[in-house]
Formats: sequence, C-alpha cells, structure tokens
Amino acid sequence: MPLYHTEDQAMLKDTAVQFMKAEAPTAHFRKFRDMDCKDGFSHDLWKQFAEMGFTGILIPEEEGGLGLGNVEAGIVLEEIGRNLSPSPFLSTSVAGVSALKAADKGLRDRWFPGIVSGDTVLGLAIDEGAKHRTQAIAMKAERSGNGFKLTGKKQFVVQGASADMLIVAARTGGSAGETQGLTLFAVDKDSAKMSMEAARLVDSSMAAHVGFDGVEVDGGAVIGEVDNGWAVLTRLLDAGRAGAAAELVGVGAGAMDMTVEYLKQRKQFGRLIGEFQALQHRAAHLYSEMEVARAAVLKAQHMMDEGSEKAELMVAVAKAKAGQATSLAVKEGVQMHGGIGMTDEYDIGLYMKRDRALAEFFGDANFHADRVARMHGY
Amino acid sequence: MSDLENFRAETRAWLEANCPPEMREPLKDESDACWGGRNPTFKSEAQKVWMDRMAEKGWTVPDWPKAYGGAGLSPAESKILREEMAKLGCRSPLSSFGIWMLGPALLKFGTEEQKVHYLNQIAKGEIRWCQGYSEPGSGSDLVSLQTFGEDKGDHWVVNGQKIWTSYADKADWIFCLVRTDKNDKYKGISFLLFDMASEGVSTKPILLISGNSPFCETFFDNVTVPKDQIVGELNRGWDVAKYLLGHEREMISGAGNAPVGSVGAMYKDLMAEDPLLRADMAKLDVDTLAFRAMGEKFIDEMKAGKGHPAQPNMMKYFGTELNKRRHELVMAAGGSDALEWESEASKGGARPRAWLRTKANSIEGGTSEVMLNVVAKRILDLPGA
Repeated sequence: MPLYHTEDQAMLKDTAVQFMKAEAPTAHFRKFRDMDCKDGFSHDLWKQFAEMGFTGILIPEEEGGLGLGNVEAGIVLEEIGRNLSPSPFLSTSVAGVSALKAADKGLRDRWFPGIVSGDTVLGLAIDEGAKHRTQAIAMKAERSGNGFKLTGKKQFVVQGASADMLIVAARTGGSAGETQGLTLFAVDKDSAKMSMEAARLVDSSMAAHVGFDGVEVDGGAVIGEVDNGWAVLTRLLDAGRAGAAAELVGVGAGAMDMTVEYLKQRKQFGRLIGEFQALQHRAAHLYSEMEVARAAVLKAQHMMDEGSEKAELMVAVAKAKAGQATSLAVKEGVQMHGGIGMTDEYDIGLYMKRDRALAEFFGDANFHADRVARMHGY
Repeated sequence: MSDLENFRAETRAWLEANCPPEMREPLKDESDACWGGRNPTFKSEAQKVWMDRMAEKGWTVPDWPKAYGGAGLSPAESKILREEMAKLGCRSPLSSFGIWMLGPALLKFGTEEQKVHYLNQIAKGEIRWCQGYSEPGSGSDLVSLQTFGEDKGDHWVVNGQKIWTSYADKADWIFCLVRTDKNDKYKGISFLLFDMASEGVSTKPILLISGNSPFCETFFDNVTVPKDQIVGELNRGWDVAKYLLGHEREMISGAGNAPVGSVGAMYKDLMAEDPLLRADMAKLDVDTLAFRAMGEKFIDEMKAGKGHPAQPNMMKYFGTELNKRRHELVMAAGGSDALEWESEASKGGARPRAWLRTKANSIEGGTSEVMLNVVAKRILDLPGA
C-alpha cells in the first residue's frame, strides 16, 4: 500500500476541504466564540457533519456508518484543524466510536444511531490530573448490585457539559500504575450524583471537571470486559492520538500557509520581508518539519488501519512529531506576523491557542517521546 | 493470491535461498559496501556472489527496463522487493553512483545507444563511476565552474580541476561538468563522460578530519574526450546536472535507508541515570521514525510521479541534519570510550570517525543552507533572487 492518499481518499479530501471552507471557516469559529456559546460548537454544524456522513465515518456500514478507517478520519480532522472548525468530531466520532466498536450490541445499538444522525455527542473522561497520565488512573468503580458505583474526579473532559454520554475509565481492580484492573463505562449524562463544572479554555473550546460521588451504573454500561479495559482504552487512545495528530497537522499547515502568504505581502525596508534570507530559512525549516510530521501521521493511520502490532509506536511518534512541528508553526507564525500577530483581529493567534489545547489532548510531545523511549526498552 | 502477493512470496523465497548469511549483517561503514568496478575488490566471496546473483536477476536496479540490465519491476513490485530485503536485513548488493546518480540522468537524457551501453555496465557493477562537479572556486555556486572543454572537431580537449570527487582514485569513469561556452554561465556547460584512465587525468586523495580520504582532487591536463560521450545537448549540461542533483540529494538524505535502530536502546543503563540525555535520545527516535515514514512517502510519491520536484532538497536537509544529530548523541553516550581513535576496543576509532564523517553530509551535494534556499524559492515560492 503506497504511503499517499488513494483516489477515493483524495476525493474525500476535496470534499472535506470544500465543506470546511464553506461551512466552518475561522469566521464560523469566531462567531460562536463571540456569542459566548456554552457548547463551544454549533449543533447545526454537527448535523451538517452527519449529512456529509462524517459523524459515522468509523462506524461499520451495517450499523449505519461509512465503515472507513483512520486515514479517512484524519483527512476530515486535518481540515477541521486548518479551519479551526469547532466540533465534537474527534472525541465522539473518532476516539469514542473506536471504543464503542469493542462494546456489545446493546451499547452500540443505543449510541451509534444518534452519532450517525448528528444528535449525539460523547465526552471522554480519562484524565485525572493536569497532565495526561493514563496508567495513573485511580478513579474507583466498586461492584454494587448488578452494576458498579463510580467515585472520583475527572478533568479535561472536552465538551463534557454538552455530552450525552461520557466514556469513563475507572479501576475495578489493581492499583494506579497497573494496566490490569481498568474498566471503561458508558455513563449517561443525566446520571445522579454526577457533578459537572464547565470551563472555557484558552482556545475558547469547552472542557469540564466532572465529579463522581457514587454514580451508579448497571452491568450493561461496561464497554468491553471488566478489569480488561486497557485494550479498549488503548484503541480509544490510539484513535484519539492519531486523530489529534492529524488535526494538529491541519492547524500547523494552516498557520504555515498563512504565514508564508504574509511574507509575500508585507513590505519593510522597501522590500517584501519574504526576500530576507533570515526568514526564508526559518520558513523552509518549518516546511520540512511539517512535511515529516504529516508523513508520520499518515504512516500511523495506515498501520492502525492494517491492524499492525507496531501501530502504537507509530501513533506515539505521530503525536509527538505533530505536536512539536505544529508548536513551531504557530510560534513562528506569530513572530513573523510581527505586531499584528498579537492582535485578536488576526487569525494567526487563534492557531497558537488551538495548538496549545491540542498539544495537551491525549498527551503532549514529551509524554509521547517518553513512550517511544520505553517502547524501545529504555 | 493476487499477483502482488505471489510476487512477494516468490521474492521472499528467492532472497532466503540466495542471500548469503554474511550479506544479512548491517554494513559497518561506507568502505564495507560493495562498489563493483573494472578491478573490483570484494571484501568476501559472499559479497561477490550476492552482487552477481542480484545483477543476474536485474535486481541491482529493479525498476530499470530489462534491456538496460534491470528487471522492469512496477513501483509496487520494487516496493515489495525493498520491504522483503529489509525484513531479512539484506544488504544492498551494489553501492554505485552509477545507479543512484548517473543512471537516472541517462534514462532521461541519454541516447538509446548510451543507455544500452552504459546502463548495462552499471547494473552489473562492471564500471565504477565518480562525479566531477565541484571545483576549488565553485562550491555552493556550482554554475561558476571553469573546467574547460575546447572543441577540436571530433573531440574536446578538457583542462581544469575538480574537487570533492568522491572515490575518484578508485573510479573507472567520471561524469563531469565541463564549460563548453565561456559566454553563457548557465547555457555554456556540457555533461561529459570519460575514462579515468585517459591520458592527462590524475587524482589526489584529500585527508579529512575523520582521518579517511573518501574525496579527491581531480586534475585534467589536455584530456581527450570523444564527441559521442556527451549526455544531452551541447551547452545544456546544466539541465542534466540539476536533474541528477535531485537524485544525489535523495541519496545523501538517506531516504529509504535511514538508520535503523535506536541509539538510546544501545545504552540502556546510561539512559536510566542520565535523564537529559535520555530525553534527547527519545526525541531522536521520534524524528528518526518520522523521517523513515517521510522517506517511504517520498519514494512512493516519486515512483508514482507525485510530489513536488524540489522535495529532494527538503529530504536532504532533514536527513543530513538528523544524521549529524544521531552521531552527536552516539558520541555523548560513548563518553571517553568514544574518544578512542586508534585502539582495538574502538575498532580503529569507528565512532569518532563516523561522527566526523557526518559533518560532510550537510555540505556535500549542496549545503543545508542551499537546500533551505531552494525550498524557500521553489516550494514556498518566496520572493527574491
């Protein structure tokens, strides 16, 4: 399988490019930000995503979706990134669906139709501290009747307050640091004894702190197997990490393109600033970094879709590299724009903020570089 | 099974049966490679057997047409061959500037006669080539070159000097940029091929900081070159040279054969006690694996005629800077052991010599700064001269 988009994928890309440009460009993002929208995204846009088939992109055809893979999801995510289009796509249709695909028929039948139709939003309750540390998950799920009682706290639950269901990672056994003993639960938003405190983040997206004070769920809420949730969580995380990396590449590419255009328009000292070699070399270096990041992301997606055992390593590489390259893109972007790069009116700063949030989502570049080292045995 | 699956199975079986075990060990350094030539020096019988068997199959140049010594494989088939060779750890059977650089230029610009003659020799490893590009006064500004070929009717008489000619002292023939019109900088250069055994050719190895001499000064004193040994049109050698530079940059970038293996993994104990070095190693592994993916994507795109034509410049920049970083970290991890230049334990100073050798990577074939210039202008379309 050659490492570039097939004809079908190239067509999907054209569709996604047109769609985001027309329906969810940065102006759309600004509109929802400025109206102080409590969801942080437009439900109408989410319905439009559904009409395009995007919401069910990873859901099998026989269950109403498009039955496509991570490469295709990544194509949509790159355009979301490039246009800063606010949507629950990554949490719901990519990471969330990847976990639910391992769930029994009851849960799939319950949640897939709403996701496909653009009526349902999922939240991911994974992180418990300010940094993404999956193995340190300590939240308790104790057996109670024919179900479980959840106690603990989660944070950085993106769009948690708008979510119809939260996928919650908790301990049914073992202790923090162990992979054994984790279980994933599908928890209804209306569950009793659950508290939600939503915060607006630096990039104007919404994320919640969620408290679980003995929230009761029945046995049917378990996604996958009790105590063996690590495998399902890994599927969720790999899809989420590769997806976040794809979105980051879009953010970085958007920032870079905007910056390169600016270098061709802005004049100082009587000439275009893009004529200065000091800036040319930095722009060319940035291009190289972004190209390599894009290749790493595509390779990770290919390996996931092929079911390769080594996909997890490449996903870590992809998230680390995309995080590092895109961070460079937005920093160089703001600096090369000079004064106007600091203004709210200009879009480049919005890219910097979005990068900051995506960098943390599913683990930052250091976290993933550390995983790469561990997977190499050091 | 599909045709490609069949091809994969057959390829694997053939490689397993025909690749000698010694040829499945990684190369120790550049000199460990098989370079072929008129008077070849093989490091082992296995090396010769491996080259001959692969050449017989057309697999030294798998995607060249059969008439020119290749196997006429499709891009998908050559990729399978590369993958299967990588799985078994098979060495490249033949290292050759003929394969990497001159061959692609001949395929594009050569006459049919030239292709049949030279390409077959290259594919079989019969002639070892070197490249006459840089001159003492023409490094990054290559087009200012002065070596002159005077028109004498049915031949040229070439006078001048080249420098940084890789392995000129071991090469049989040279592909050489020669000025044939002093009045036009770009359209006054021709691309000539000639025998290094010609009267008037002499070479002098240059001792480098690595202690090795992979490069030479090459002198031409009234060298006769017949007129049929020009590639492309008279005075249009710069077009050939630029095309070939793309392939040279791709080769130096390490695309397709980026270093395998993690440096950090070789120094596990040290990694546990030196967190700052470990962080550098982790980032190196990230970039190495990301660049391997980039190499795969780049080659796939190129074989399919996709991708930006100036992309080899980006590959060369990234690959060589990465390789320098890798060897800096090898030295840092090696500590005082890695300082040993002449000792048995250090295998003759393998680490420091390799480290110093990598410093040339971002100079030879176009400096990193020139690569960035090209990317800025041709890919990003930034303004200015």
